Amino acid sequence: METPKVTTERIREYLKQGKRFDGRKLDEFRNLTIETEVSDKAEGSARVKLGDTEVLVGVKMDLAAPYPDSPDKGNLMVTAELLPMSSSRFESGPPSIESIELARILDRMVRESKFIELEKLCIKEGEKVWNIFIDIYSMNADGNLLDAAGIGVIAALKTARIPKYDEKEEKVVYGEWTKDKIPVKKDTPLSITFHKIGEQIIVDPTQEEEDASETRVTIGSCNGVISSMQKGDHFALSVEEMDGIIDLSEKAWKTLHAKLEKALK
Amino acid sequence: MRKITIPGEVLASGEDYLPGDGTEKRGNDIVAVRYGLLEETNKLFKVIPLSGVYSPRRGNVVIGKVENITFNGWVLDIGTPQTAFIPISETPRYVDKNGLDEVLDIGDMAIAKIMDISKRGIDLTIKIRGLGRIDAGIIMRVNSNKVPRVIGKEGSMISMIKDETKCDITVGQNGFIWIQGDNVEDELFAKKAIMFIVENSFVEGLTEEVKKWFDGEKK
Amino acid sequence: MTFKRPDGRKNDEMREIKAKVGVIKNADGSAMFSFGDTVAIAAVYGPKKMHPQHLVNLEKGTLRYNYNMLSFSVSERIRPGPSRRSQEISKISQWALEPVVMVDKFQGEVIDVHVNIIQANASTRCAGINAAALALAHAGVPMKDIVSSVSIGKLDKQLVVDLSKAEEDWEEGEGATDIPITMTSDGKITHMQLDGQIKGKQLKETIKMARKACKEIYEIQKKALKNSLEEEK
Repeated sequence: METPKVTTERIREYLKQGKRFDGRKLDEFRNLTIETEVSDKAEGSARVKLGDTEVLVGVKMDLAAPYPDSPDKGNLMVTAELLPMSSSRFESGPPSIESIELARILDRMVRESKFIELEKLCIKEGEKVWNIFIDIYSMNADGNLLDAAGIGVIAALKTARIPKYDEKEEKVVYGEWTKDKIPVKKDTPLSITFHKIGEQIIVDPTQEEEDASETRVTIGSCNGVISSMQKGDHFALSVEEMDGIIDLSEKAWKTLHAKLEKALK
Repeated sequence: MRKITIPGEVLASGEDYLPGDGTEKRGNDIVAVRYGLLEETNKLFKVIPLSGVYSPRRGNVVIGKVENITFNGWVLDIGTPQTAFIPISETPRYVDKNGLDEVLDIGDMAIAKIMDISKRGIDLTIKIRGLGRIDAGIIMRVNSNKVPRVIGKEGSMISMIKDETKCDITVGQNGFIWIQGDNVEDELFAKKAIMFIVENSFVEGLTEEVKKWFDGEKK
Repeated sequence: MTFKRPDGRKNDEMREIKAKVGVIKNADGSAMFSFGDTVAIAAVYGPKKMHPQHLVNLEKGTLRYNYNMLSFSVSERIRPGPSRRSQEISKISQWALEPVVMVDKFQGEVIDVHVNIIQANASTRCAGINAAALALAHAGVPMKDIVSSVSIGKLDKQLVVDLSKAEEDWEEGEGATDIPITMTSDGKITHMQLDGQIKGKQLKETIKMARKACKEIYEIQKKALKNSLEEEK
């Protein structure tokens, strides 16, 4: 059941005083834990827990022909499934618009930041390149699946290794990996979603806060360079509010980045 | 601590024993059919559930959300698979056929009492004092099986929470709880206390533990 | 030449089994069950209103089982989404559980059982059923019993318990015969499938072996529920 209006009213009221139900500051993320290499079949994988929100991300690779407009680059495909297991709000069936949007936002974050050095994933120009599949699954939904998934994507990519390739047979030897990791840049792009509740902007909402949110802006950035952005949900933002979010994004990236580095140790 | 039962587990064997809630008799055996805590009193074996859906009973006070308004009443979601309905006749004052949404609108939360349960559904009333629309406060949800612990023997537990947090608290038998205080801090404190009880519901001497918890929180 | 299993196990030895309940906070009941590297997570929601209306069964409750494999649960990525195989497994798993779930206690309602295979090394449907049985109990669904599921295999002429992927792909001699079986704690069969070549007499042997293995699995499932409150703290 969606959070009752009386509760979201209280959330809004409390935020006017700059306070949140769980005692966090407006720009504070919940407790973050990341486990990598959680799958023995994936090229790379990560389990991320952000508060009670939990996601599982896996990276798989295979060989294919490149796209005609990028004959010397590997391909990237990001999918997401909001599993019915993770919330009574998700139904079985074809991908929901929420899961499609989530996957596409994170796809743009990874792609536009050029985090993966796709040109290094070419085996034979015009003929054979590596495909990278990133598959995101929600395990338990308690708000902000998007940013949790974004963290999982980065963690999985950072720790992913390229599978062995049998040149004679021209086949991938699944289950055996080279020592080479997927070539990624040192700087980490992260997606951070800002939610407007009343007059306030918060990050990392719980499910209750997400239900109280009027509109959201996700910014994918890396050390001050914004490479992707998406405003979603129903209400309008003033230019001042948008400027405010843009200003907040750099600091938020720094904070989350520090948290990510700490969690990965 | 009480013993945990699992479905299919033989609790006792013998003619004198009686099967209570959550058990059934198979031949000479009393067998558990639910995961829960075992309670035996005078050869009657029953299982206190730790989980599971709310079983509505006549006379229960419940809290629910208005899902739909029909020409003659309001349809409420009280967390049961069956539909719950407040007929227009079960309100304290006269309601105009065109003014139903002014009494309770879609999305509003309300406290109601179960009048009757039939194959058709659950009939509710908001005629009595203390029932009706919830206008402000925090609503939280716990598993309905934990409600007896939150209320306590003769209301002792919930009274303690009300005193310590200075909040009005209405506990719906269906697990929905309404908290209203003078400020949000007090309401959140009450919510925290209730979560503590829910998380420790199976602990013996819970009342003492809760007292200790309050003392700790006040520091 | 004496027969040897690829991972060195004895013929009647199962892989290391782990079972835990309460792994998905939002669910009404949940559990994880693993045979070695094969990991299944089950989450139960319900009983609740049945949607869509035309599928409502007024005589008894509906148990809806959804088996899904994560794309990276296997070596070669599976495209996300249902397949004919996953749909069939969903159905036979539902049948494996139905005899013990007291469906007449929730007429016209539905219980959704979502099973996801996180990692696959054969016997996934068995791990799924074991996890689902635990999740249903954990959710407080009235059940007559817990069921336990295991795969028995025939590798060439040798019977073994709990097939791994390497054994599923056995090619020597008569190859591999895969027999997943689910039983109640008192030995009734609620599910059985077979894939391979085997004579009647040996098939009856496999049922005996399954009974013994299911008993062991049952003890582990029982422990997971009995220890559930300590885990919570």
